[in-house]
Amino acid sequence: MSLERIKIAPELYDIMPPEYQDLVQRATYGKESRGWKDIGTTKELIEEHSLCAGCPESMAFRYILASLPNPEDTVMVGSTGCTSLVFPHVAVHNIHSLFGNQNAVASGLKRALALRFPGRIKDVVVLAGDGATVDIGLDMTLQSWFRQEKFTTICFDNELYANTGGQESGLMQKGFVAKMAPVGKTFEKVRLPEIARESGCHYVVNCTVSKPNLVEKVVKNAVYVAREIGPTYIQFYTPCILEIGKNSMEGLQEMRDAEKPNERFAYKEYVSDAAKELLAEIAAKEKERKAAAKKQLAGQNA
Amino acid sequence: MATSSYKVLPGPEHFLPPAAAAMGIRLPNPGEAHIHGEIVPEEKAMEVAAKQFLMAKVPTIFPGPLVLWAWNEKAAQKAKAVRHLFETIKECVTPSQRPMLIPMPDYRPKYPKINPEIEINPNHPNLTIWHNKIDTCMFVGVHCHQANLSLKIIRGGTSCYTIAMCAQAGHEDAMLSFRDATAEKILKLAEWIKKLKGTVGPSQ
Ligand SMILES: Cc1ncc(C[n+]2csc(CCOP(=O)(O)OP(=O)(O)O)c2C)c(N)n1
Ligand code: SF4
Ligand SMILES: [Mg+2]
Repeated sequence: MSLERIKIAPELYDIMPPEYQDLVQRATYGKESRGWKDIGTTKELIEEHSLCAGCPESMAFRYILASLPNPEDTVMVGSTGCTSLVFPHVAVHNIHSLFGNQNAVASGLKRALALRFPGRIKDVVVLAGDGATVDIGLDMTLQSWFRQEKFTTICFDNELYANTGGQESGLMQKGFVAKMAPVGKTFEKVRLPEIARESGCHYVVNCTVSKPNLVEKVVKNAVYVAREIGPTYIQFYTPCILEIGKNSMEGLQEMRDAEKPNERFAYKEYVSDAAKELLAEIAAKEKERKAAAKKQLAGQNA
Repeated sequence: MATSSYKVLPGPEHFLPPAAAAMGIRLPNPGEAHIHGEIVPEEKAMEVAAKQFLMAKVPTIFPGPLVLWAWNEKAAQKAKAVRHLFETIKECVTPSQRPMLIPMPDYRPKYPKINPEIEINPNHPNLTIWHNKIDTCMFVGVHCHQANLSLKIIRGGTSCYTIAMCAQAGHEDAMLSFRDATAEKILKLAEWIKKLKGTVGPSQ
């Protein structure tokens, strides 16, 4: 699969906005080794975004899009929130679902795609905020895991409802005071990664998006495991710098502070035995592919 | 034959104009078209649409995804015909007129804003129409739902004359609508424009 799939009508090529011209000429579709290093080389990986300047969600978005192993056959399902302002700029099929319904929509979609395109790999990836995943959509989130639906759920955890001005979310820290939650949170941050493991997710990771190579690895693993085995869940800390009173340049440091040992976003993963086996197989194949490529390159240079 | 006293006329009608269908406007049968909601033979609509383009200060074509992308041979032929129609309009108008060809590449609302000089978005088509002072436009290759939405917004907030070159059963919400559009039908409209060149022009 590659750029061959879709072409602009030649007679109307010149009037298409530059993003679409770039998409058909230089998108990374079909490139086996696509990853975060491709960011900045094509407009497809979100040249401009519509979030607040410096918002870590924008970094996370770019890393995730660059890391999808099969973008032309991937459908992302989003929900209302700051993320939904970015989806219109995304060159991957996506559905904007009613707030909280994202995992129910993704369940039906994944099953329909399997029936409609038998034998073809079709990945489904949910991407929603913490309010959508853990509060209003918790029922749909959990039920999809119980049912072992084969898709990946990614939660952008900014620990509050950012898009509506800062209300309390289940993933907010205890005691935190937000603009529209002046009393302060009275109970602990919900332990969704643990709940995900107990609910049947085969690959669960909790981390920040401070390191693009780590995000790439985690996203790829989650998609591969969901494709073959069952539900997977990633919780990324994408702090809302606007709500916690940080400047545009301070998002990265905020994430680095939050991922220190014993902090709430210290790297944490749960992998089922079946997933471990699959990931080991994939890693071995990748090693072989790289060795072959190296050998070929050496042959060319000799 | 009029079926309703309601007329689909250039606006601005008001913030939320009614769907023309809800006002009793019905769609043409094959071989027919409608003008302001009145069913007419297709040839009559060809003549009126051609005159509209020749009289407009900024006659504009808005091609949508069904013709912008070469989905299949039929789509590619339609794109060719759209380009030909645009070139014909350019040849047939006076230097004071400013024909435009502006794509509707995406239906998703675009944040924080679109660039109205190079694209039109169905969720706020008025921005492109206002910015470029478009007074006559034709939709072609836009999926039904998005065309209906967009045509209604245009009627609500602008005084632009709307034409739909629809590949299905036509659009009640356009001021003039063809149906069963093919590349040949688009080329025929270009012929009509050539034929009527010089007979009408923009009002001063
Ligand atoms: C059904 C429904 N309920 C409520 C809302 C209002 N609403 C819009 S965005 C939002 C909060 C989003 O919070 P989160 O999911 O954490 O995303 P963030 O904006 O923080 O990235 C809410 C409650 C809505 N759009 N739809
Ligand atoms: S409100 Fe917060 S989460 Fe939303 S875009 Fe701005 S910084 Fe990012
Ligand atoms: Mg949030």
